[in-house]
Amino acid sequence: MVQQVPRLAIVFTIAVAILLGARQLLIPPTFGEDGHYRAAAVDSIAAHPIKYAGRQACELCHAEQAEVRLAGNHRGVGCETCHGPAAPHVQGPLDVKPVIPDTREFCVTCHSYNASRPTGFPQIEPARHNFPRPCKDCHDPHAPVPPVTPGECSACHAQIARQKSLSHHAELSCAVCHEAPDTHKDAPRSVRPTKPQTRALCGTCHAAGIEEGPPQIDLESHGVPYMCWDCHYPHFPETR
Amino acid sequence: MSLIPSDCRECPPGSVEPEGVDRRDFVKKMAAACAAGVPVVLGVVGVPGVNGQTVDGERYDPTMHYYGMGVDPAKCIGCGRCVNACKTENDVPRTEGAFNTWVERYVIRNDGEVIVDSPDGGMEGFPELADEAGIRKSFFVPKLCNHCANPPCVQVCPVGATFITQDGVVLVDDDYCIGCRYCIQACPYGARWFKEEKRVAAKCTFCYHRIVKGLVPACVEACPTQARIFGEVEGRATPLARFIRFNEIDVLKPALNTRPKVYYANLDGEVR
Repeated sequence: MVQQVPRLAIVFTIAVAILLGARQLLIPPTFGEDGHYRAAAVDSIAAHPIKYAGRQACELCHAEQAEVRLAGNHRGVGCETCHGPAAPHVQGPLDVKPVIPDTREFCVTCHSYNASRPTGFPQIEPARHNFPRPCKDCHDPHAPVPPVTPGECSACHAQIARQKSLSHHAELSCAVCHEAPDTHKDAPRSVRPTKPQTRALCGTCHAAGIEEGPPQIDLESHGVPYMCWDCHYPHFPETR
Repeated sequence: MSLIPSDCRECPPGSVEPEGVDRRDFVKKMAAACAAGVPVVLGVVGVPGVNGQTVDGERYDPTMHYYGMGVDPAKCIGCGRCVNACKTENDVPRTEGAFNTWVERYVIRNDGEVIVDSPDGGMEGFPELADEAGIRKSFFVPKLCNHCANPPCVQVCPVGATFITQDGVVLVDDDYCIGCRYCIQACPYGARWFKEEKRVAAKCTFCYHRIVKGLVPACVEACPTQARIFGEVEGRATPLARFIRFNEIDVLKPALNTRPKVYYANLDGEVR
């Protein structure tokens, strides 16, 4: 054996031992098991307690309310959206009770009028809409319907009806502009209601010279050659 | 793992050349010695294994899932229930700037000016718009961590405290995070925030503690209009796959090649 080999071997052994020792000390346990991270972190994150139990948990006991909700317009709204996080209630049903938000203030979180909300989403003007009665006087929160039933046109064209109800045209009935044959209800696609064809129809109210009327324009010059509804949405007319 | 090659490189083959041992033999012997050390090194480092967590008696297998979220801005009503639910579920402090998810309102004015606001993350809803006539259109956009498949935040973490799980969720190991905030700077979506209380980076976890139990994230549970869809990205018969199939899908800032897994339906071109 050459004398350098054992000496070098000792040096290498010490170097490797130092490196391995440093690794052992510096790198936390489970690091690198699944990737460049501590695998144990995933478990500790997964162990975080849940606060929202999920609607399936509610439905185990409150099947009756669930059935009503699933048949109504709030079918997509989770229980805890209104009643708050209910995991403690699931753990101890008698000890912790979820909130029952039966005030106007809560419902208008979603249902007050806001121009940014999507077209057709049911909205009201809280100051004008039967103030100050609580919403649940007229609407069942688990299956809310507009209290006007049965709807004629709005039964199928609810989105248009809701949008129109917020507009300057709220007071106009559908029949002012559309004629719907009775058979339209039986065969809605083959028998169609009429749609306005002439600018003169809008002119009935909006032509210049009508006293005490809505905004007026000169039919001869305003927006020629377009039809009124090319620029204005008649169910929610823009003013400019 | 750079131990082995660096040790070999340190062997100074040219310096030791006594009689009877030629260079070739020496190199061979040293290579053999290095190879003998491999099992020892591997034993210390640990062999990659399957993460053996069990939830509710049933074993959750992260390799069987790959999660994403679909967002439909046309359904968002800006009620802020998602933001509220997220804060409650994840103990996010109700202080300024601490949001795992938030809702932005885009207002595009007739002159083309785009105004984006998010008062308190949209948690308490949005004030009514003034001067409605001057507005071309307006809509809400829920935002959250995009759980990118190619996340810049993970790339820049100097200690490996933020990572992608096997099921495709980007998480922060807040026992290991050193609070350098490099990831907060790196995220092009502003999805990370600094948790003062623990002095670590924090972010949306897709409610990892819920999804391993088979529940949906709190924001999805609380959304009253199904503007958020959570589920498996892969496979055809999943709610998210259907959402992706039936809508025109956009992701935020696609040019950055972060490959987000939050998919927006029919997104307006103004949304960044």
